[in-house]
Amino acid sequence: MSELYPVAVTVNGIQVAREIEPRMLLSDFLRHELNLTGTHVGCEHGSCGACTVLLDGEAVRSCILFAVQVDGQSVTTVEGLSADPNRLHPLQVAFQEKHGLQCGYCTPGFLLTLAPFLAENPAPSEAEVREVLSGNICRCTGYQNIVDAALLAAEMLRSEKGG
Amino acid sequence: MKPAPFAYFAPRTLPEALSLIAEHGDAGKLIAGGQSLAPTMNFRLAQPAALVDLNRVPELAFLENDGRGGLRIGAMTRHRTLERSVLAAQRAPLLHAAMPYIAHVQIRNRGTIGGSLAHADPAAELPAVMVALGARFKLVSVRGERWVAAADFYQGLFTTALEPDEILTEVAVPAAAPRSGWAFHEIARRHGDYAIVGVAATVQLDAAGALDDVKLVYLSVGEGPTEAQQAAASLHGQAPTPARIAEAARLAAHADIEPLADIHATAGYRRHLIEVLGQRALSEACARAGAAA
Repeated sequence: MSELYPVAVTVNGIQVAREIEPRMLLSDFLRHELNLTGTHVGCEHGSCGACTVLLDGEAVRSCILFAVQVDGQSVTTVEGLSADPNRLHPLQVAFQEKHGLQCGYCTPGFLLTLAPFLAENPAPSEAEVREVLSGNICRCTGYQNIVDAALLAAEMLRSEKGG
Repeated sequence: MKPAPFAYFAPRTLPEALSLIAEHGDAGKLIAGGQSLAPTMNFRLAQPAALVDLNRVPELAFLENDGRGGLRIGAMTRHRTLERSVLAAQRAPLLHAAMPYIAHVQIRNRGTIGGSLAHADPAAELPAVMVALGARFKLVSVRGERWVAAADFYQGLFTTALEPDEILTEVAVPAAAPRSGWAFHEIARRHGDYAIVGVAATVQLDAAGALDDVKLVYLSVGEGPTEAQQAAASLHGQAPTPARIAEAARLAAHADIEPLADIHATAGYRRHLIEVLGQRALSEACARAGAAA
């Protein structure tokens, strides 16, 4: 055990403060300190994308960030993706609709990679969706349904905005 | 926990960062985006006693016009900032075009230009791009500062001109010359994965339409960014005909570079890619230079 460092982070809109070892990964901080186990860890060396969260709105891999580094910043996990806890985010609805998951282990990473992408690019081509998802690995579905879900979510988000 | 314990420092200014890294020397390690360092620490291949985090040093994150047609890029500028930058697209189109090839979006959101350049991974895009652009790096320590040309900065496998107490703080990308062109090509098994072979080319034509300056710099074929010097020399003073370009690419693959086999590709396949990508990159760069004439 080494010296503890204070860290204060806004996670899903809630301010939290802990004293942690600097070697604690952001993924472990979310899961073990905050019990937010929706963030999944796959490879734990930045290759599989399962642990993707938003840091100040941008998709990053939480297993290759130290929690102490995000002091003062804002993190969004899959638990905070939908603003309304009783309602799924359109991305989640689309993944359900298109069977964009089987075991679900990689799903939070896919959702959090897609959320900022669709905000920036509301009408992506299939090729653009495949490119942005190239850093996320899924071992079950073969990606086709995930891509379909992403395109459906884009459509839903556009009509939500338009309507 | 995956990494070994370390002491953590988050300096707020460059002088503070410089004295910290001078104090901790070889036992300390700078962390920029950490997208290569943190995985290495998770595997405990790296076990620095102290991490000096540059993410809280705002003076290292900038991207601006140098007043002479080129760019000044702060070391802590994230890949994603360059990818989205209109200024970078106008002033350094080769650099801008190479950005999407760097890993995946989650990595580009966090990774920095200075971190990638100082890490000196032989499969990284940016070192080759900077050598092709004739960029210079500013290295600063408590002892003073110096500028080093990108081509002189890379000295071997993960080895650079940086002293243990120095920080790469800034990259100077010179203005593109008139009648010049560029191209970037890369083959990877999956988009964003490490390249099997990649290449950055820059060319300049003289007033008569002959090639004046040619740089053909490969990645993933050696211990660092690898210039195909005989290929470049063969084009000097020549009109850029398809036959001469094909011959230059052949020289790159058969005289300049001795590619190695690894788990990703055989030496023969790499040699094939060196020639094909070299030819494509030179043709495209010459066409752009011609169009700019």
